[in-house]
Amino acid sequence: MREGETLSNSGWKIETPLIGPALLALLVIALAAVPFFGGTGTMRLMVEIFAMIAMAQAWNLLAGYTGFVSVGQQAFIGIGAYGLFMVTLKGGIDPFSSVLLGGVCAGLIGAIAAPALFHLRGPYFAIGTWVLAELFRIFITNNDYFGGASGLTLARVLREIPRDFRNDATYWIALTLAASTLVLVYVLLRSRFGLAIRTVRDNESSAESVGVNVRGVKFMVFVIASFITGCAGAVAYLNTMFVTTSAAFSIEWSAFIIFVVIIGGIGTIEGPVIGALVYFFLREWLADFGTWYIITLGSVAIAVIVWAPDGIWGLIAKRYPIRLFPAGAVMRKKSV
Amino acid sequence: MVEWTDTLIQGILLGGFFALSGLGLSLSFGIMRIVNIAHGDFLVVAAYLGVVIVGLVGINPIIAIAIIAPVMYAAGYGLQRSLLNKAVGGSELTPLLITFGISIILHNVLQEVFSADFKSLDAGSIEIASIAIGNIHIGLFPLSILVVAFVVYSALYRIMHNTRFGRIVRATVDDPEVSSLMGVDTKKIYSLGMALSMAIIGIAGALYGIKSSFSPMTGGDQLLFAFETVIIGGMGSIWGTMLGGMALGISQIIGFKIHAGWGAFAGHLIFFAFLFVKPSGLLAKGDQHA
Amino acid sequence: MTLLKIHELHAGYGPITALFGVSLSVDEGQILALIGANGAGKSTLLRAISGLIKPNEGLIEYEGRSIGGRDPHEIAAQGIAMVPEGRRLFPSLTVEENILMGACSRRKGPWTLAKVYDLFPILKDRRSLLSTMLSGGQQQMAAVGRALMSNPRLLLCDELSLGLAPMIVQDIYKTLQSVSATGVSLIVVEQDINQAINSSDNFLCLREGEMVLKGTKEKADRAKIAHAYFGN
Repeated sequence: MREGETLSNSGWKIETPLIGPALLALLVIALAAVPFFGGTGTMRLMVEIFAMIAMAQAWNLLAGYTGFVSVGQQAFIGIGAYGLFMVTLKGGIDPFSSVLLGGVCAGLIGAIAAPALFHLRGPYFAIGTWVLAELFRIFITNNDYFGGASGLTLARVLREIPRDFRNDATYWIALTLAASTLVLVYVLLRSRFGLAIRTVRDNESSAESVGVNVRGVKFMVFVIASFITGCAGAVAYLNTMFVTTSAAFSIEWSAFIIFVVIIGGIGTIEGPVIGALVYFFLREWLADFGTWYIITLGSVAIAVIVWAPDGIWGLIAKRYPIRLFPAGAVMRKKSV
Repeated sequence: MVEWTDTLIQGILLGGFFALSGLGLSLSFGIMRIVNIAHGDFLVVAAYLGVVIVGLVGINPIIAIAIIAPVMYAAGYGLQRSLLNKAVGGSELTPLLITFGISIILHNVLQEVFSADFKSLDAGSIEIASIAIGNIHIGLFPLSILVVAFVVYSALYRIMHNTRFGRIVRATVDDPEVSSLMGVDTKKIYSLGMALSMAIIGIAGALYGIKSSFSPMTGGDQLLFAFETVIIGGMGSIWGTMLGGMALGISQIIGFKIHAGWGAFAGHLIFFAFLFVKPSGLLAKGDQHA
Repeated sequence: MTLLKIHELHAGYGPITALFGVSLSVDEGQILALIGANGAGKSTLLRAISGLIKPNEGLIEYEGRSIGGRDPHEIAAQGIAMVPEGRRLFPSLTVEENILMGACSRRKGPWTLAKVYDLFPILKDRRSLLSTMLSGGQQQMAAVGRALMSNPRLLLCDELSLGLAPMIVQDIYKTLQSVSATGVSLIVVEQDINQAINSSDNFLCLREGEMVLKGTKEKADRAKIAHAYFGN
């Protein structure tokens, strides 16, 4: 732009591409119909995929956009899951509404832990999140009130609800979670808050000097990510109806989430979705090979980091000018 | 009174092990700015190496350290040279993600090869021997670990400050660009740094295998303990890591005495409390990385 | 005999090119001064010679061999040493350790720690201090001493006068001339035009990455130089 020009009189305008959201809406409508003809097994798998997409988007928000790498996401998955189970079993609330409550528990813990964790930078922050997960894992395992080492089951509560309704409800909640996470992240990143997020990633002190409330931004992002992850954890274990600390607080959750985002394309909204699909495809395909599946996944992830750091979506976006959910401002010259 | 002294002594002895383990982590970060998330898993690898060597040759695992340390040294050199050197100096994310990937792969491979059963290395009578001082019994093996820790720390300090190699390493850490202008192959220095770090991990891992039972999954805990040791002690300070180890050891023993399942938990709590109260650590050096 | 020959060098930082077709040559024992405004490309040229940047196009020949694109430590081993802009002594090392770092490439030659101390006696007094405790001028001496320890045939000096008092600058340039008298070639990047031209055999003026004027000390025309330096 030349001197004296403003955005409005310069001949450029900022577009909000709607092709992504439009495609998403169509997809959601199609997917919402699945319970009417899909089998239980398929629906269970899809709930897992939806939960993973939400978790991956949350991690991507933290790491890909704000620059905070966490290897402790299992803290919030576990808290979300246990939140749901405890609220349902001890509080008598129906398990489906409890998904949100599980997320709230996770968000709260995120809010409390954040100030301590933010003293750490980079890899130290990452490991700090892992310590947080361990604190909760050990605490719950040693407390019978929370089910101790043998875990908790929803079987008795769910037996009173008709099976089809239960499966359908779980499915729709998961679908809603994944879709709204995508929309939330898209809207968030395109807002002024989103701009603030990315300046924090690029250079905290510069961001501070132009008036960005760095602490506030970091805090909000962490809490939002914790909340989303908590909801996803709650849904994932609602799906299985049974939770143990060794499963819900396992480091392997973080491993899968990170691999999904890396392989799909970190720092993009489309990436984690692709990554989740690749992950589940590989899992079903290599199901007979036990731990070789995760060894393969890990090796592929390392290879991607070293040789194709923008992931699958990065490779696609480089060759074709498709941008379904661009997080930055897309400027287009106005036709005169 | 005896109870407290005993707790303190046991804590210090445990701290000796954490100090040794933490040193390996601290070294790779100090030289290459790489936090090796696979640290704990490499400790476990060293322990399993001990199992293999003892199985093949039948020697006492303590003697096996003489084989384990060089093997780990070579592995560290190879790892840095082939993979991790690509990640030095760039984004912080990259080495973190790579070592995280290695960690996951390692413990799954170990599980495939050795199964998930717990194992332990048997060093014979030294494991139960103890020295008595008044009413207090000090285990000979834990004491030996503490001694080994001091020896390794002193040796490392001497290497860093009294040798040509140490001078080159310190210069490269200060300013890798100018160091290369002086004729230093910085990639080789980083590889040697990782080799040294892994050799120390090898020693610590073998001792770990003797003092505890281990399985492919126990690496994660060991990483967290080493990490807490380094943070509590203060990043950038070699002797700080020793102090951090003591602090963690004492915390864990106190937790353990309160209730058997709460040892590690107490350590994690103290660590978090530290973050709230004195985040730069006990002996932090200037503005190192946090 | 030509020690260094550069032909049509294009180099820069990633997508940003800073040098556009620069050519020059330096003979044994010669001093070449590089002058130009900030951002003209002088430091970029030195970085390309020392191997810190790889050339995009063009030739850098030293002792008859092409060195463009080789790693810095390999180039240092060939006998090219740098006194970096801002001194850049190693802050964790003492003065003596800093000087000793210069000898890492283990090249044979007349320079030893003792000889460096002869050249700069004040450094000997302060040799156990951390390098950060020296004054600016002393740090500059240490940086020069460090570079000499590698027994270079070509010494690259980047902005030696920055932040130093004029008397100290003059002393350092006198020292450089005595070094040059032993057969070492020098390329000196210098903001102070008079100092640069008076201490050198030849000078080269860069503007925006291009060579705009060449000359010798005897034939230096101040008006022409100012014009070349500042452009329009």
